[in-house]
Amino acid sequence: MKEGLTLTVNGQPYELYIKPKTLLVEVLRDHLGLTGAKRGCNSSSCGACTVILNGMAVKSCSVLALQADGGEVLTVEGLAVGNKLHPLQEAFLDHGAFQCGFCTAGMLMSSKALLDENPDPTREQIKEGIDGNICRCTGYNSIIRALTDVVNGEYKEAK
Amino acid sequence: MIRDFKYLAPKTLKEALTLLDKYGEDCKVIGGGQSLLILMKQGLVAPEYLISIKGISELDYIESDAKEGLRIGALTTHRAIEKSPVIQNGFRVLAEMETRLASIQTRNWGTIGGNLCHGDPAGDPAPILMVLGATLKMAGLNGERAMPVEDFFLDYFETALEPGELFTGIQVPVPPPHTGSAYTKFNVIESDLATVGVAVSITLDASGGVCRDVRIALGAAAPTPIRARQAEEVLKGKKITDELLGEAGQIASTEAEPVSDIYASEEYRRELVKILVKRVGKEALAGAMQA
Repeated sequence: MKEGLTLTVNGQPYELYIKPKTLLVEVLRDHLGLTGAKRGCNSSSCGACTVILNGMAVKSCSVLALQADGGEVLTVEGLAVGNKLHPLQEAFLDHGAFQCGFCTAGMLMSSKALLDENPDPTREQIKEGIDGNICRCTGYNSIIRALTDVVNGEYKEAK
Repeated sequence: MIRDFKYLAPKTLKEALTLLDKYGEDCKVIGGGQSLLILMKQGLVAPEYLISIKGISELDYIESDAKEGLRIGALTTHRAIEKSPVIQNGFRVLAEMETRLASIQTRNWGTIGGNLCHGDPAGDPAPILMVLGATLKMAGLNGERAMPVEDFFLDYFETALEPGELFTGIQVPVPPPHTGSAYTKFNVIESDLATVGVAVSITLDASGGVCRDVRIALGAAAPTPIRARQAEEVLKGKKITDELLGEAGQIASTEAEPVSDIYASEEYRRELVKILVKRVGKEALAGAMQA
C-alpha cells in the first residue's frame, strides 16, 4: 500500500509513490539517484546523510520520507550551479578538507546550514555547527580552516 | 529493517485521539521519530499502523506569561526551544540543556514530546524539567489530565501514558525569586546521551543566606530520572557551603541505582553523581544569588 509523496529536490519537483516505511535517504539515493548523501551508520550518529529539509539540516536516515511531503530538500548535488562550484566546495578543495570523501556531502550540507543561519560564526560556533558530522580521516582541522576562509570572505565573487 | 506499516497523518489532536482509540494496540505514534525510528530499524517496534502527529500544528507552541509561566507544546522541536527568545530570556537553563542534546540535525526534527514519551532515563529534558517543578499534560478522548514529571516515568522506556492518550504539552511555573537552576551531563563524545546527568534548582530566602528550597534530579542513574530527596534534605534550611554540597553529592550517589554498561561502571556512575551534584549545585547557587 504505497502512498504519494511530493518533494522538491534541488529545485526540481518530484511526484513519487513509496512504501510508508521509506526513509528520506532512501528516496534521495534509491528513487532519485542522488547518491551524495551517504548511509554511514543508519542510527543517526554520524551525519553522513545530512541534507537540508525546509531550510534545516536533518539526518535523512532518520526522517520518514512521508513526513517531508510537500517539502523542499537541498542535497550536495544542488550546491554547484552548472559547472560553478559553491564557495564551500571550492574551499574544501583548496584546503584538502576531505580524504575518503564519505563524510563530505553531509559535512558540506551542515556547513551550508550553519552559514545560512549565521554567516559570521566564531571558531567555536563553526565547531558546534559541524558537531553532528563525524569525519574519520581529516581530524577536522582542514574542514574548520576551509569554513573559516569562507566566513572571512575569501571566496566572495568579484562583482 | 523497518517492517511495513500503514501510515496515517492526522491534522488535529481530536483526529489523532480518534485514531489512537480506533487502532489501540496495533498503532504507534511518531513525532520526529529521532528515537522511534532507531527502534523500528532494529525491529524492536513494528506497529501495523504508524500515526504521524508531526503535522498537528496546534501542539507546536511556546508561550509564556507572568501568571501561568512557560507552556511548551508536545510537538515543539528541540531546536525551537534552544533558539526561542522567550525561553532564552525567561527560562535560559532549558535553552542551555537543549544545546547539549544530541546534535543540531536531531534537534531540528525531533520534538520535546517525543523525547519525554520515549522514556529514556538518560534523556536531558526530564531532570531539568523535574527540578523546575514542571507539569506534563496529556489528553485522551475522555478528557485531559496532568501530572508532575516525577509521576510520568515508571520504568526504563515506560511512561504513565495510558492507551489512547497523547502527550500534549509542558507547563513550567515561573521560578520564585532568588532561584537558580542548572543542568549538566557527563558524556565522552559531545552529542552522546548522558553517562550521568544532574539538574539542580536552589531557592534562597530573601536575605540570600539560607536555602529555602532545593531540588536535585539525576538522569541515567536509575531506571527512570529520579529526585535525590535525601541529598535535598542535607541542603534544605541551611546556608549552603562547598562542604555541604559535597555531602549532598555523596548522599545522592547512594540514592542512585545506576547500571554498569559499555560507557561506565556502576561505581563510576556513582562517582559522577557525587561530583556533578556538587558542581551543578554550585552553579545553581550562583544563579540563585544573582536572581
